[in-house]
Order: sequence, then C-alpha cells, then structure tokens
Amino acid sequence: MNKKEPLFHIVKRDVLPWYKSWGIRAAAIVAALVVCGIITTITTGLNPFKVYGSFIQGAFGSGRKVWITMQNMSILLIISLALTPAFKMRFWNIGGEGQVLVGALATAACMITLGDKIPNALLILIMTVSAILAGSIWGLIPAIFKAKWNTNETLSTLMMNYIATQLVAFFTIVWEVPKGSFTVGIINQSTNAGWLPQLFGSKYLLPIVIALLTTISMFVYLKYSKHGYEISVVGESEKTAKYVGMKTEKIIIRTMLLSGGLCGLAGLLLVGGINHTITTTINSGQGFTAVMVSWLAKFNPITMIFTSFLIIFLERGAGEISTNFGLNQSFADILTGIILFFIIGCEFFISYRIVGRKKGDK
Amino acid sequence: MKKLLSVFLACLMVLSLAACTAGGKGGNAANGKVKVGFIFLHDENSTYDLNFINAAKEACEKAGVEYVLKTNIPEGQECYEAACELADSGCNIVFADSFGHEDYLIEAAKEYKNVEFCHATGTKAHTENLPNYHNAFASIYEGRYLAGVAAGMKLNEMIANGEITPEQAKIGYVGAYTYAEVISGYTSFFLGARSECPTATMEVTFTGSWYDETAEKEGAVKLINNGCVLISQHADSMGAPTACENNNIPDVSYNGSTESVAPNTFIISSRINWVPYFSLCIDSVKNGNKIPTDYTGTIETGSVVLTDLGKIAPAEGTAAKLEEVKKEIQSGQRKIFDTSTFTVGGAPVTSYMADVDTDPAYEGDHEVISNGAFNESSDGFRSAPYFDLRIDGITLLDESY
Repeated sequence: MNKKEPLFHIVKRDVLPWYKSWGIRAAAIVAALVVCGIITTITTGLNPFKVYGSFIQGAFGSGRKVWITMQNMSILLIISLALTPAFKMRFWNIGGEGQVLVGALATAACMITLGDKIPNALLILIMTVSAILAGSIWGLIPAIFKAKWNTNETLSTLMMNYIATQLVAFFTIVWEVPKGSFTVGIINQSTNAGWLPQLFGSKYLLPIVIALLTTISMFVYLKYSKHGYEISVVGESEKTAKYVGMKTEKIIIRTMLLSGGLCGLAGLLLVGGINHTITTTINSGQGFTAVMVSWLAKFNPITMIFTSFLIIFLERGAGEISTNFGLNQSFADILTGIILFFIIGCEFFISYRIVGRKKGDK
Repeated sequence: MKKLLSVFLACLMVLSLAACTAGGKGGNAANGKVKVGFIFLHDENSTYDLNFINAAKEACEKAGVEYVLKTNIPEGQECYEAACELADSGCNIVFADSFGHEDYLIEAAKEYKNVEFCHATGTKAHTENLPNYHNAFASIYEGRYLAGVAAGMKLNEMIANGEITPEQAKIGYVGAYTYAEVISGYTSFFLGARSECPTATMEVTFTGSWYDETAEKEGAVKLINNGCVLISQHADSMGAPTACENNNIPDVSYNGSTESVAPNTFIISSRINWVPYFSLCIDSVKNGNKIPTDYTGTIETGSVVLTDLGKIAPAEGTAAKLEEVKKEIQSGQRKIFDTSTFTVGGAPVTSYMADVDTDPAYEGDHEVISNGAFNESSDGFRSAPYFDLRIDGITLLDESY
C-alpha cells in the first residue's frame, strides 16, 4: 500500500447492546472523577475523596436534603418532559425558561389579585388553568410563526424568554413591598391563600407526585398514542409527513401548546407550591438546563429521571462543597463542568469507535 | 453492570445514612456551645456580601464559636431551606444578609422556635411578634454623611484649584433602586457634601439591581458625561469605581475600600461593621440574654465606620475635618437630617409620616419629625432606614426602578 493510512480513524458503530453503552458511560464518569480529583488536589490541596463525600452529602446529607433534591429534580424533570415532544418533532424549543416564567407570573397574579376574595379551591383551580394557559400561549406564538411562515423557532422561542423576563420585572415593580425594594416577598404569608396543598403533610411531595405522573403520561403519549407517532414522523421528515397526509401545521401547533402548557405547570408549582413569590430568576435557568436533560436522555421520558437526577445531584453537591470547604461556588461549577463534559463526550464513543492503524499495513 | 450499580447505590446509601446522623433538630445553647449559620445572597465577589463574610469570620473566631457560611442563596424558598438546613445541623443562630431573605427566614423562625434568626436590613421584626426573629441595621447615614463631608472638601479643592466653577460642583450617584435605604443613603451623603460645599448639586441614576457591574459602570459613565465631577454609589460591584478610575474622576465608594481598583481616584468609603452585632448575638445566646428585636448599630458601637482615606485623591485636611464632624455627630450637636438644612418642593419639612410598618399599601404610619430633625432608624421605629423624602438639590435621572 503506497498511501499511508492515518494513525487512527473514526468508524460508525452498530447499535451497541445496552450493557456496553452503559459501560462506556460508567467509564466516562470514573474518568471524570479522576480528572476532577487531580484538579482538586493540584488547585486546592484538598483530599478529593472528601470533596466527593461532600457532593453526596449535599444531595442526601439529611432527610430534608433528600426531599429538596427530589423536589428540585421534579421541577427540572417536568420542564425537560415539557420540551421533549417539541424536540422529538425537531422543533427547537429553547423557550422553556420564558414559558415557565409566564406560568409563574400568571400564578402570582391570581394569588395577589384574587387571594382571599374567592374560596381557596376555586382560586387554585383558576391558578392552574391560567398558568397552563399562559405557558401554552408563550409556546403557541412561535409555533404559529413556524407553522405558517417557517420562521426560525430557535430564535423566536429564545426571544420570547426575554419578553417574559421583562414582563416579570415589570410586575415585580407593580407588586413590590415595600416600595423600591424590587421584592414581592412571600405572597399571602399570613393567609396562605392560593398555596398549593401539602400532600400527607409534606411540603415537598406534591411536585414529586406530579412529576411522576407527567413522566408516565409523557412516555405513553410519545410511545403509544397517535399524536406521539405523528410527532416522530414530523421529526423524521416534514415532507414525508405531508406526503402521507398529516396536517403538519396542526401537529406543530398542538405539540407546542402541550410543551408550553407543561412549562406553565412547572411555573405553577414554582410559585404556588414552592416559593410563594415571583422573581425574574425564580426558574434559575432551568428552561435551558432542561434542554441538556432532555438531550442526554435521548428524549426518553424514563431515562430523563436519571439525567435530571444527575444534574440536580451535581448542583446540590456543588453548593455543599462551597459551604464545607470555603471554596467559591465557581470551583464547584468547574467540577460540574468537567463531569458533564465527560458524560456528553462519551456519547461520541457510543456512536463511533476509533480504529488505530494496523501494524501489518505498513 | 447491574452488580456495579448496586454496589454504587449501596455505597451511596451508607454514606447518606452516616451523614443523616450528624445533625440534631436545632438546639439551644444549654450546653454552652454556640454555632452560627450565615446565609449570603452572593459570594465574596460582591462588596456587600464580602463585608458580611469578613465580619462573620472575625466575630466567630474572636468568640471561638463554630460557624457555617452559605453563599449564593437566592431570595426564594432556597433561603428557607438553607435556614432549616443550618438549624438542622445544630446552629443556634441563623443570620441572613439580604432584604428579600426576610419572609423566608420568618417562615423558618416559626418552625424552629429555639433557634435565633437574625436578619440584616429587614423591616418586619417589630410587627411580626416572633420572639426568635430579629432585625438589625446601622445608622449608616452618619457614615454616609461623613463620606459626604470628604466629598464636599474635594469639591472645594477642585473649585479652589480652578478646575471647576462653584456652579459646576455636581455630584453623580449610582443607586440600585428607589428604595428607602438607597434614598436615605444618597440624601445623607449629599447633605454631608453640601455642608462643606454649599453650591453642590447631585444627579442620581438607578441600575435596577444590587449587583450589576456593567450597569453600574455605564451609569457612572453616563453621569460623568452629564458633567458630574465626583461619583458615589449604592450598588455593590466595582463598576462605578472602575469607571471613575478610567475617567480620572474622584470617587467615594461604599461597603469597603475600592482603592485596589481605583488607586488614583479613591477618596473614602463608609461601611457597616457587622462584628459588634454578631458578637452581641453570640454573647446573648451564650449567656441566655435576649437579642434586641431591632438593633441599630452606631458610631459608638463601632458599627458605622469609615475606611482609610485614599493616598492620592482626598483633599488636604480631610482627616482632621472628619474627626471634628464625627465628634459633633456623636455629641448630638450636628444632626444628619436637620430639617433646617434641606427643603422639599421649596419648603422646609415640619411633619412627615414615614412608612415604618411594611404592608402593600405603602402608607405612612409613624410621625418621624421631632426636635427639628428627621429621626432615621430611631428607637421605637425600626432599624432599617425609612427616609424617602425627595429633597431639593438632588435630581433623579430615572425612576423606573
């Protein structure tokens, strides 16, 4: 052979059996932990095992911590599930943040304006309807533009986020107490009007139950319903969908109504169930984190339980590290970044393999 | 693979169980051991939080008590969770540093009755009637006034050197929100400056954030372009001092010295020293005494302090003048909000109902003018500032926040 073969080349793999692909993922996590350990020791001189211990303690260190971890995971999971049908349809909805925020805003508006004026059960019903409606509308607007005029939904959903943030900022100033503080404070703190009920006396259980129900429903919806099938056909090829007589416009709009509505539901839980206030940062960027959660899970609702757990576990652990070792939060963020880098990077090795130059070929 | 997973899960559970046994359900100091938990909105990159963090470490190390610092806790349910986690881990004092933490700290205080919850800048302790919930602030308007005196002397020096005419003695101020704490701060600063330089005027711009480096820098640049010849701030980043250094404009900062980023333009900074309050709380819990519902630190308690003067920018004789004015304030001879030194809408203020009790109506509920002065952060009212008059001589460029 005259032409020299490159040192290595990349070959697409056949579909790996599940245990091999999970083996690669496990290897990636181990590799990530080793790299994190080396970086920790070099930069801070701390024992990396103690740091890892803190990670686990941050997520599970006490009964309360376990509950908080599960609660945060539930909210992230709901938002990730919300984005998933749109993603499966190849509709890049990165407007989750805004859709959650308007849902949150609608909830807060009901609690502030209707609190104590109507029976609590009715108030909660109105809150739920308006939160879901608000989220849906926020999803509907880019969907209509996409369906009718084929605008770029990545841009339009992203821009809708900023509109939502500014709307919340505006209403924060309208509702702030005291004047000029830019703080709404806990809404109906003395009467608890519009606070979502506690299940079995637990503050944390409601979002967890709703997240579980949503996961199962979304799994069934995507896998076994006609809608789910239509979504995946549109996702594979819009032309094919049109050819076989599907009304793609209708499917896009319907799916985004669902996507936005579920985000609105997350907003309802954030305001009515957890924070009982409204701020522009109430969702703390989870609309974007959810994009990663959904992708990492390859749009499978059941796998999403694990990916959302992973993200929240890292986040809770990161906070604990900065508290326990007096390190800046940024250090924990660096560790989280390394771990995510390895986990996302390993997907490459699941789809492709690297073949070295064979010795005999020289 | 399954085996591996189960081993991993087993390890996880053992570790978490071990961690579970660590904390009890918040204890009182009966055993004489005090542990303090601190909740901060940001981390040490914010001058505001850094000021608290330094004081927390100093007070706890001085008293020899254990402490835990939690940084980057947002003003939401996270604050409640953080407070509960601290109480769970055995803290008998939990402190939070940001205004928006208040409601969540109150929720935690209702739940952990034998843990003391202390909150800086809050307004609700005097109406909430919770024996274990307390507010604290300081008469920082006195410190602002003194910093203003240093600014006024700088303006006088610039006039004397022919750099500006007396009419051009315009101060610029970068504020966060149109909040009473900010209004009280810039007004006392301005009154201090005008006590030295009678022709001084001031323009204020608001950023709509307590910490936004870009907005603060842009705000300062806008003021400088408007013809302001000296800048001060009530926002927590290095934005304004950096803009001043770049444009060679003298700067009076807040929360601590900014000389490191602005060596040529830094005059002085006032700040609240939280060590006396933290020490008081620790001692009270140690000795079984009550922590005051509303604590206002003063110059006497060592809570209101000025940093060292800058090496280059301050006018000559500033140190001596500050000593003199400080003595006058301490003796009560000089009152900061003396109603004879300012007017509102062209007329002196003889009566004012301030919004001391926090409620959504924003209505005035306490008469705060007496003995010819506005009584800021006084006994019987509350520790957090409530001065929100718009006095003549100060122009607000925008009020959207």
